[in-house]
Amino acid sequence: MSDYSQHFVADHVKGLPRSGIRDFFSIVAAMPQAISLGIGEPDFVTPWHIREAAIFALEKGKTSYTDNLGLIRLRREISTYVENNFGISYQPETDVLVAVGVSEALDIALRAVLNPGDKVLYHEPCYVSYSPSIVLAHAQPIAVGTSAEDQFGIDPARVEAAWEPGCKVLMLNFPTNPTGGVTERAKLERLAKFAIEKDLLVISDEIYSELTFEGEHTSIASLPGMQERTIFLHGFSKAFAMTGFRIGYACGPKPLIEAMMKVHQYSMLCAPILSQEAAIEALKNGAPAVAKMKEQYHRRRDLIVRRFNEAGLDCHSPKGSFYAFPSIQSTGLDSLSFCKGLLDQEEVAVVPGTAFGPSGAGFARASFSTSYERIIEATDRIERYVDKLSKNA
Amino acid sequence: MSSVLQLLLEGEHLNTAQMAQVLGLSESEIEAELKRLKAEEVFLGWRPVLNPDRAQENVVRAVIEVKISPERDGGFDRLATRIARFDAVESCFLMSGAYDLLVFASGKDLREVASFVSERLSTVDGVLSTATHFMLRAYKEQGYLLLSPSEREDKPAVSP
Repeated sequence: MSDYSQHFVADHVKGLPRSGIRDFFSIVAAMPQAISLGIGEPDFVTPWHIREAAIFALEKGKTSYTDNLGLIRLRREISTYVENNFGISYQPETDVLVAVGVSEALDIALRAVLNPGDKVLYHEPCYVSYSPSIVLAHAQPIAVGTSAEDQFGIDPARVEAAWEPGCKVLMLNFPTNPTGGVTERAKLERLAKFAIEKDLLVISDEIYSELTFEGEHTSIASLPGMQERTIFLHGFSKAFAMTGFRIGYACGPKPLIEAMMKVHQYSMLCAPILSQEAAIEALKNGAPAVAKMKEQYHRRRDLIVRRFNEAGLDCHSPKGSFYAFPSIQSTGLDSLSFCKGLLDQEEVAVVPGTAFGPSGAGFARASFSTSYERIIEATDRIERYVDKLSKNA
Repeated sequence: MSSVLQLLLEGEHLNTAQMAQVLGLSESEIEAELKRLKAEEVFLGWRPVLNPDRAQENVVRAVIEVKISPERDGGFDRLATRIARFDAVESCFLMSGAYDLLVFASGKDLREVASFVSERLSTVDGVLSTATHFMLRAYKEQGYLLLSPSEREDKPAVSP
């Protein structure tokens, strides 16, 4: 038999790294006693009324395909929700596509708009799939670093400096996984101006927008002249604690949604109908549950950030998401050694910042999507670990 | 609402040291706040929440619908308070609808609850009628779902 990777695996796939989070957590999986601050999903179970709506839909025999774009009832709810919460109005019949999570929406958006060799600007550290999704669309990723000094918000000047001929798309994700960074309106306005000047399409992933703790979340799509050049991506996984339902959506100009629909149609066909039914219930009646979860995340954030700083790890207060991104530079260790040592010696798992791109070096991602008790215990152990490191230094 | 009270209502069991950590306050501040809430009778006290099937084998609980005649001065209050004072009464509420008071009562066996109803409750002057419903099984107690292990939610430890 031929050497598989030599002969069968496509070149552009061969070069892709595996997710650094996954790799790290295959180690953690063998240590059930460890406290994990690594999980990138809500610790809450999907609110019961949403689960119950899915059960009811199943009982009623809702087991069919749906329209490629998704159930029109759901698209109408999405359109209303986006209008009320983001101030952008989309036609449910033509401008909204329901996808299998934001991950799929992102993938089909990139595949629908990129030609081989096109360039895509995105900010880093960022969610693990961004660069690989661009590569899988045969395009070229161009990372723009963000830094702790800016609390990991994007600096428009760095985007402008990174631009080069051939750039077609600017990808944004605020609040950001893994840093919790947000970008204030004035900077978004400058980015919008730049996007218009350079004729860039913006793909904006707003999955953590409901979990904004300070200030008001602004979508770049809501800025003047931007709706017509933005694909707005959102979903249910984080705010509604519905990760396993795999349901998200894209809103954008009709011709782009039409192009995405073609890719979606031939690959996924449609999102599962049960998840779509659950999503309708989430949008109609989920707001109180979201508010309650957000309140808890907020308190957990304040706790974990304070504890990191007390433990001697500089940590900015993330304005959104459920991730803290402390600097581990004071320990003198690199991200991976710090995280491995912490797991070995104190049985606490956090994700090395480098899993989110080279500019995550010197940081670690700690999810505060877990109980107060576990956060207290984990940060006590981290403090002990950091103390030991400084004594040995 | 005070942040201490909000934290209590979340339902995660924390001691005062942990509450202090979560809220970024000192333990004495937490204790002072709890004291204030108690003094103002906002927070009435601590009670353990037990699984009746496991911990209270010898307890029989009943819900009793009670009709009473209101009085010219004070309406239902005097009678309701009088009924509420019995040790057998766990909770007592004035209700709208077909009856006036809903009384949650308990005893060590059926006979004890029955005798409370027939000898104590229904003989109170002003009580017009009672309808007693015995509880058979608990599925949720004070916000805690009582699930068998196979019904519990189980999450795979996976992260993308």
